[in-house]
Amino acid sequence: WPSLLFDLYPPPPQAKRMRALVAVKRVVDYAVKIRVKGDKSGVETAGVKMSMNPFCEIAVEEAVRLKEKKVVEEIVAVSIGPKQSADTLRTALAMGADRAVHINHDGILQPLAVAKLLKAVVDKESPDVVFVGKQAIDDDANQTGQMLAGLLGWPQGTFCSKLEIADKKATVEREVDGGIETVSMGLPAVITADLRLNDPRYATLPNIMKAKK
Amino acid sequence: VVCEAGCILQALDTYLAEQGFMVPLDLGAKGSCQIGGNVATNAGGLRLVRYGSLHGTVLGLEAVLADGTVLSDLKSLRKDNTGYHLSQLLIGSEGTLGLITKVAIATPRRSKSVQVAVVACKTFEEVLSSVEVARRSLSEIISAVEFLDRSCLELVVAEHGLRDPMGEQHAFYLLVETSGSNAEHDQAKLELFLEQCMTEGFVQDGVVAQDGAQAGELWKLREKIPLALQQRGKVFKYDLSLPMDAMYALVEDVQARLAAPFPAAKVYGYGHLGDGNLHLNITAPLDAPPALLAAIEPFVYQWTAEKRGSISAEHGVGVMKAPHLHLSKSGEMLELMRKVKDAYDPNGILNPYKMLPPPP
Repeated sequence: WPSLLFDLYPPPPQAKRMRALVAVKRVVDYAVKIRVKGDKSGVETAGVKMSMNPFCEIAVEEAVRLKEKKVVEEIVAVSIGPKQSADTLRTALAMGADRAVHINHDGILQPLAVAKLLKAVVDKESPDVVFVGKQAIDDDANQTGQMLAGLLGWPQGTFCSKLEIADKKATVEREVDGGIETVSMGLPAVITADLRLNDPRYATLPNIMKAKK
Repeated sequence: VVCEAGCILQALDTYLAEQGFMVPLDLGAKGSCQIGGNVATNAGGLRLVRYGSLHGTVLGLEAVLADGTVLSDLKSLRKDNTGYHLSQLLIGSEGTLGLITKVAIATPRRSKSVQVAVVACKTFEEVLSSVEVARRSLSEIISAVEFLDRSCLELVVAEHGLRDPMGEQHAFYLLVETSGSNAEHDQAKLELFLEQCMTEGFVQDGVVAQDGAQAGELWKLREKIPLALQQRGKVFKYDLSLPMDAMYALVEDVQARLAAPFPAAKVYGYGHLGDGNLHLNITAPLDAPPALLAAIEPFVYQWTAEKRGSISAEHGVGVMKAPHLHLSKSGEMLELMRKVKDAYDPNGILNPYKMLPPPP
């Protein structure tokens, strides 16, 4: 008859732990001096060091911190790019992401195309929060996060320099021209990470080994 | 590249970077040191383990001798075995045989793929085991092997606001850098090295730089040590070549020797592990008594001599170490050196009192 009690008095629903989706982009390393190709057709990328976009690193770091605070349960990293984007995803895994999705594509992609592809991933993964960097250091477009929010019909907290998530609500401090603005929104939402949001961690050995597998 | 002696090392390297080359020499002081001085002191630096010493990379020099003769040996030939290599004598001569005015250096290609990893070990033996694994699995792409102890890490973190790369405290840190032509291959090799170190239990934890900025931050942990030490009062600096397995034993012996009589003194050990070169540093309050120096010297030099090491691995002799030179070079060699000095500079006008001790 203990099981009867269980049905009559079900346990209180656990606060549903959330899933975060973090989109990361592979770009020319921030420390590399950019050179224009000889035929002026674009920027030289052959043989040049590529790394995760610094703002995407900050986005991943924020998601990992939320996971450490037990606000987020699972982090899925996604990247759209050539086969080497898998390395960028491995960095995200080494920082603490749980799963990685690679959308293989060679060639340039405009922010709207990226936003549409990310929407397809969102539809499949049903995250509660999407993190992106505020802009990529190669095109400085600063559009993908906003477009994605628009396509999804979700609220957006852009240029985020401080984030609090509680009770299915996000409180975002954003850096705007006039100073800091604080906005509050319900989840799910799109957050774009700004420079002062956090200091991304180093990828540590045990996690790098795990990511390799 | 052929250049004048006054070129700042970093400026020279930046110029070469545009063409895809690099100076085969790198030091923490790159922003202010001049290439002529580097050659005159046979500076070692952070990448000797990969590119060798200036004796190998300097192809030719122009120097002015004591009597005004211009020694013109400024060729750019890789090989030239025609007589005594007089320029070699000038390299590392600390300005006592001639004044270097121009230098011709062989410049290696700048590597496209540079990886930096820092691993943490519990004991110095584990550090040495990790270096052995590195030499086996990374071999031809290794470009730096540097170590530092916990005191050094705490110092740079405190003085320069750097981040401790690992969450927990560890006794020793080993920085390994690779430079190669193919990022995929190099990363695979690096991962092999790290995996092996972890499975053999040589390493407690480690980090790998994910981008250029992180690589720079990790290097700062090592490069900023000398500057940070200066903030701690009086600094007694020793630059010694020792057999690898004896290296840290000296640091520990000095610590034990100074602990009771000079509790305010702090001992630090770091250096170019890949070259067998220890930088032993002791800091003390500015009002430390002369007895402290007496406790350190000649103990450190004699300890080194007993292990048949060098009392000056790369920093040279100057005025400070001339009296101790007999601990690293025999009487016959010193006598021959005096003969060479007399041949080049009979009136003793070039950097007198430096380098050679007076005859007994």
